[in-house]
Amino acid sequence: MRPAALDRRSWREATARRRVAALLDAGSFVEWLPPAARVTSPHLGALDLPVAFDDGAVVGEGLLDHRRVLVAAQEGAFMGGAVGEVHGAKLTGLLRRAARERPAGVLLLLDSGGVRLQEANAGLIAVSEIMRALLEARAAGVPVVGLIGGAWGCFGGMGIVAACCDALAMSEEGRLGVSGPDVLETVKGVEELDAADRALVWRTYGGKHRWLLGDADRLVADDVAAFRAAALELLASPRPLELEALEAEHLALAGRLEDLGGAADARDAWATLGVRDLDQVARCEPDELVRAEGARRRAR
Amino acid sequence: MTPTALLDALFPAGHAVRADGPVLAGTGRTAAGEVAVIGTHGAAEVGVEAALRLAGEVLAVVRSHPGRSIVVLVDTRGQRMSRRDELLGLAAYLGHLAAAVGLARRRGHRLVAVVFGEASSGGVLPLGFMADEIHAVDGARPWVMALAAMARVTKLPLERLEALSRGSAVLAPGLESFLRLGGIDGAWTPPLAPRLEAALARPAGPDRRAEVGRERGGRPLAAEVAGRVAGGTGG
Repeated sequence: MRPAALDRRSWREATARRRVAALLDAGSFVEWLPPAARVTSPHLGALDLPVAFDDGAVVGEGLLDHRRVLVAAQEGAFMGGAVGEVHGAKLTGLLRRAARERPAGVLLLLDSGGVRLQEANAGLIAVSEIMRALLEARAAGVPVVGLIGGAWGCFGGMGIVAACCDALAMSEEGRLGVSGPDVLETVKGVEELDAADRALVWRTYGGKHRWLLGDADRLVADDVAAFRAAALELLASPRPLELEALEAEHLALAGRLEDLGGAADARDAWATLGVRDLDQVARCEPDELVRAEGARRRAR
Repeated sequence: MTPTALLDALFPAGHAVRADGPVLAGTGRTAAGEVAVIGTHGAAEVGVEAALRLAGEVLAVVRSHPGRSIVVLVDTRGQRMSRRDELLGLAAYLGHLAAAVGLARRRGHRLVAVVFGEASSGGVLPLGFMADEIHAVDGARPWVMALAAMARVTKLPLERLEALSRGSAVLAPGLESFLRLGGIDGAWTPPLAPRLEAALARPAGPDRRAEVGRERGGRPLAAEVAGRVAGGTGG
């Protein structure tokens, strides 16, 4: 028998459309404004930059375990999944449709560096429109689940969008933040953060750290089947957008600052949480970490 | 414009707003009654502590003063950029703030933002840009990234970006661009108090920024694309 690892299909290596196809029930996905519709960026041409016929965003509907869900997937191969006018409007439209039609949920397959700087101002406003539409879908009772495991991670304004979701699943390779490592190094200098130090980058932004702190609700292997299983579970446990729930979250976030605010490095934070073998965190498989330290992570 | 000058102009009948570090919070008096005032000043960099404090102010208004209008004062150069903020999960703190503002809207709190200084990136997304209406006064400088930094990141020559940005609302920083794109509703000139009172009196509606951006010629496709996907007529 082959080891299980060889049977995995990597989420990270898959394109946005392959991720969607593998996530949903076979053959159930219907794309809206597909590449054949040729809706492209109205701004990149002025910079002599190539356009994509989907502007790097795949949106549509399909079935997840026989239940109808709406799905958006960002294509990292086009401009790092960054949000321009059209890309953002596709996500906003999808979330507005969800608020009206109330499907079983919305899945956001996030893979983005944030605002597309070549459309800077329009991209920032577009991210703001996504945030409002996302929160309105949640207010309408539609759970929104984010999945992060692509090569670009989830940064800038899209990092805030991710944090607005009901729940997040991340792979170890997935990264979540606002100011990404390259931006931090460029703006604040290499002494603030050495973006070439992969271990440092992963323990600051990576899935394991985000899961231990409670920002990610599921830590999964880099495997499309693992993401599908996590999505199914997370759709069933929405985070209510109510005063009492937000007050509880507020206390949890205040507690995090109190307990971990002095940590100079992720390892200090893990030690404070009571993680027993700090070296093991980086080495072990996600499911091993979940088994070993699940009791010590902060759940939100 | 200083926060005090702005508050005097917005609330000539009186205001009680205190500054706690970068965060402003308190109340202002309008003809229609007391409103809550929440925001930042001094081109604030919004880090984990400020985001948490702002969210706490929003939740306190929702808890203690159901339905009270909230005036958001915007002066922020963006999220605080530090390894510590990222380590602690700044995204979660900013997302929590956005969710608190979303809850306030859902509970019927009118939200009017007034940009009186900088308005950028992770500082403006979870609070100022979440408002029902977003207006600018003298000194408003909305932007995403300085052109020099944009040139480095996009690897486009600075001279080229400068030339292109002169005619481009998506590239040029500043109020004019954000008005054209629909990201800011209007630029207020004095007297400010009646303009604020009129804005507070208008009923909240859906997010029409993309439609406004189309009408003003800044964003030709956003409204149509969002509408086609939302309505399912695409394909």
